[in-house]
Amino acid sequence: MVNIGCVIKTPGNTKNNKTGSWRTFKPILDKESCIDCDNCILFCPDSCINKQHDIDYDYCKGCGICAYECPSDSIEMIQEESD
Amino acid sequence: MVDIPDKNLLAPGHRGCAGCGASIAVKLALNALGENTVAVSATGCLEVMTTPYPETAWEIPFIHVAFENSGAVASGVESALRIQGKDDVNVVAFGGDGGTVDIGLQSLSGAMERGHNMTYICYDNEAYMNTGIQRSGATPFGASTTTSPSGVASFGEDKPKKNMPMIMAAHGIPYVATASIAYPEDYVNKVKKAAETKGPAYIHLQQPCTTGWGFPSERTIEMGRLAVETGSWILYEIVDGKFEITYRPEERKPVKEYLAPQKRFRHLDDELVEKIQKYVDAECKELGL
Repeated sequence: MVNIGCVIKTPGNTKNNKTGSWRTFKPILDKESCIDCDNCILFCPDSCINKQHDIDYDYCKGCGICAYECPSDSIEMIQEESD
Repeated sequence: MVDIPDKNLLAPGHRGCAGCGASIAVKLALNALGENTVAVSATGCLEVMTTPYPETAWEIPFIHVAFENSGAVASGVESALRIQGKDDVNVVAFGGDGGTVDIGLQSLSGAMERGHNMTYICYDNEAYMNTGIQRSGATPFGASTTTSPSGVASFGEDKPKKNMPMIMAAHGIPYVATASIAYPEDYVNKVKKAAETKGPAYIHLQQPCTTGWGFPSERTIEMGRLAVETGSWILYEIVDGKFEITYRPEERKPVKEYLAPQKRFRHLDDELVEKIQKYVDAECKELGL
């Protein structure tokens, strides 16, 4: 449905687009060693790590910033396997 | 520490590159501004990646306008809200370096000069990344872009970066600051201060770009950190004309450490690196870093 003036009336509907399919490397967080510094949450370009540090793999593009910026090395990047 | 909100106001699913710094920039700014905000954005990476019609990543009212008039449109939004008595709404405009330093300069200058109560954030990735890495007025000396390519005849961009925050400061506006996505606490504080300022506020944010600068996607934040630690990008604010450095590196690193990991600077020989080092040293001395 095209709206006059290209108005989009559904805020945040890019969520329809699951960018997780872009991913080559997958971040795996070890909650045991996590020191709760929140770096990964702050620096995630795709807002896909929540307050409980759960990673939303529907949208994670696998950029690896979370693993690189983790001071306790609690995030490991694992290569995705083809289905 | 930076407060983590329950809801992000920039939704996932946007088309930013993996490791995109612009989306980090906007996410952090919106966290600080909150839901009671209207955003305006010039054409650029941000607009293209967050609003692929008929989708939008924005959870707040957002207007995309042409490259040259985000300052003018934000002025109009602010005036309309004020006349309706809605004084508590934040008006924020985002522009890339192309939309701010080059094409949008006249409308931004007008908005600042007229004293509109708004915040303008320039997310500076130092070239026109959206259209394929063409040089802008904010491209630094020595950088190779597709319109200032390095090769036999040229070493790349041969002019220094335009000093945009000081141009804004010359407007005599109440708040001007520089920031970096690698220092989120500093950046978020500045966004909050800008929003609380009665009158125009300008933040010039350095935002490393994995695609345009040529570094691995996981090092976006590290590039921003190296820029600041080497003195290539200086964090300061100017409040009512009073200049203050907001972050001082304990020991300034050689600028080579910032240049070496980036593809756009990889062609530089020692002589040119030395020239950039001298330029950075002079800038640091001038600002008292």
